Amino acid sequence: MRMEAKARPLSIPEGRDKRGTYIDSLKFSLYCITHPLDGFWDLTHERRGTIAAANTILFLTILVRILKLRYTSFLFIKVYWEDLNIFLYIASILFPLALWVVGNWGLTTLFDGKGRLGQVYMATCYALTPYPLIQFPLMVFSHFVTIDEAEFYAMVSMLSLIWAAVLIVAAMGQIHEYSAGKNLLFTVASLFAMLVMIFILMIFFSMISQGVAYFVSLVREILFRL
Amino acid sequence: MRGKNGILKTAAAAAALLIALTACVPVPVQAREYGYTYNYDYWGDVQEGPDLYSVCKVLTSADLKLEQKLKNPQGLFAMGDLLYLCDSGNNRIIEIHRSSPEKLEVTRIIDSFTGNVDVTTFSNPTDIAVSEEGDFYIADQGNARILKLSSDLEYLMQFDKPVDNTLDPKIAFQPKKIVIDTAGRVYCIAAGINKGLIKYEADGEFSGFVGATRVSFDWTDYIWKKFATQEQRARMESFVPTEYDNAYMDYEGFIYAVAGSLKPDDLRDGTVDAVRKLNLMGNDILVRNGDWDVFGDLYWGYGGGYEGPSYFTDVTVMDNDIYVCLDRNRGRLFGYDDQGHIVFCFGGNGNMDGYFRRPAAIEHIGHELYVVDSLDCSVTVFVPTQFGQLVYKAIEEFDEGHYEASGRAWEEVMSLNGNYDLAYIGIGRSLLRQERYKEAMRYFELKYDEENYSKAFKQYRKIWVEEHIGWIVAAVLVLFLVPMGIGRVRKIKHEIDTADIFVYSKDR
Repeated sequence: MRMEAKARPLSIPEGRDKRGTYIDSLKFSLYCITHPLDGFWDLTHERRGTIAAANTILFLTILVRILKLRYTSFLFIKVYWEDLNIFLYIASILFPLALWVVGNWGLTTLFDGKGRLGQVYMATCYALTPYPLIQFPLMVFSHFVTIDEAEFYAMVSMLSLIWAAVLIVAAMGQIHEYSAGKNLLFTVASLFAMLVMIFILMIFFSMISQGVAYFVSLVREILFRL
Repeated sequence: MRGKNGILKTAAAAAALLIALTACVPVPVQAREYGYTYNYDYWGDVQEGPDLYSVCKVLTSADLKLEQKLKNPQGLFAMGDLLYLCDSGNNRIIEIHRSSPEKLEVTRIIDSFTGNVDVTTFSNPTDIAVSEEGDFYIADQGNARILKLSSDLEYLMQFDKPVDNTLDPKIAFQPKKIVIDTAGRVYCIAAGINKGLIKYEADGEFSGFVGATRVSFDWTDYIWKKFATQEQRARMESFVPTEYDNAYMDYEGFIYAVAGSLKPDDLRDGTVDAVRKLNLMGNDILVRNGDWDVFGDLYWGYGGGYEGPSYFTDVTVMDNDIYVCLDRNRGRLFGYDDQGHIVFCFGGNGNMDGYFRRPAAIEHIGHELYVVDSLDCSVTVFVPTQFGQLVYKAIEEFDEGHYEASGRAWEEVMSLNGNYDLAYIGIGRSLLRQERYKEAMRYFELKYDEENYSKAFKQYRKIWVEEHIGWIVAAVLVLFLVPMGIGRVRKIKHEIDTADIFVYSKDR
């Protein structure tokens, strides 16, 4: 059955309504999070997912994460607004995501991974679905509890994160067509790749800044002597 | 148009003149980084505020009309309107009568006593306590004894070095600080004894140690010790309790004990306590509900020759349960309320009035504070300002159950200092007692008081649910019954559609 699916050309006819496809693919995220293996296989192999839907989910995730800061009851999240940089806060999601996507794709493409860069991105975003889905109602719910019931909030909040993490791992396995063991191995390897990339980026930036500083001081020196 | 130009010109000329003037006159530089009085908010930010205390008078030897100048005074004790100052360097005790905070006069100088004992003078008396009956208890450090004298200075008895097997017999007994309870029991802090307070019964018998400080140790140190040789082990720090620096018996009979020489890391981790409130069993019952642990300054910047955490050298407890700790390191006073919230921090090191060089002891009469500076040989008298009185009024009215009056006082406090967290929480607590939950919640939320917010919200939620129970039941019913109804209708429709007679008829 899987081979059949692969052999089939584009399952979506060109003439079909584009908006319909988008909404269908967005709805498909709900199927993915409840049936990870089946869902993420179909996501790429049956072309059920779209980048547009993935972008939407990512946007919602970031939006909910920001809304949470402001609208969760102060019992759970206290924000020192003076120190909050909203762009850094957004980057705190986007940057690890970008590292993960690039790191994972870079590694798996060398080891028989079938997923392309866009597909890795799409699947990862789809796997983030539980986050906005749980956190948003939880945000509203937080206003109806006291500190004694805080345990419940923490538990559900943790659940959304664990769920998303499990989904990401499952998604990678399906789009790269990896076995469970190989998948876990490459998950760990991808995390390691992220660290290596951070390391290289840091070296890169410090080199650049030193290089710039060199030329700046050179020009200054010349100006002094002129 | 022209007139406007003229005005502009005059303004420009005036500005030029001003600039010229300011260039000549040095701009006065703000000398202080901090305000005199500050507090820490929820985030640990320093919030400067109006003073709660102002210096009323600094008593020096000259003010007290003493012929022999004070020398290294160490202890202070207040009893009614009388203050007893231990002039340790001159081996005497000075009795001072306070008619008002401005008017303090020496009434008696105690430097010897009568009785059937060899030495009838003091040697380095470091602390004194006076019982309800008027008996004096004096820590006579140089003579290794605690004296009990009658009110007319007759020798009654003395408390000597405790007879205990665990004590090194070679150590000289050096009582530093004493407190007494109403039953005549004596609790003593002695130099070099770290097992807690030495407790004597009223008849002079040693009856044990109470309230040893908690011992903190590092796992790494522990493992090192396992591998170390005997000599190495002897050189290493041993895991022993810290000895207390001072103690105070409050009006309820609890002993507040402070320890100053604590390791900064242990303080930060909360494995040791700078202040402990000991009950009769010697257990610590200090309430620590504040945002910050009770150890004085939160930030220990290295500057001006001072480093490390606050070093509490003395503590005094007022009748409204506010205890004031004296920091020897930076010359500051820290007031905490009975819940462990910081009420005020003020002071500093220096030569000006209200600053200290080496503060040694603190006492209170009513709301006034008396601080002994052992290097400056002076006693600084602090009286509460209007703001301070308001804060105390608010706290005391609440303790007496006058919640509305307390709330009003806190509102006045807030109008004087909008950055004073206790005012918000105070108003909230007063509203909570008046069952105005919604308003109380707002005040608690503003200052992140989770516990009180939850208390108010719990009541608010309960009332809300009771008021809207009809709607809630209706909503639940709708939520459950409507889908069930729809399901039922669909099922019937499905049964009709798939009923045999119709299917067969269709097929045919």
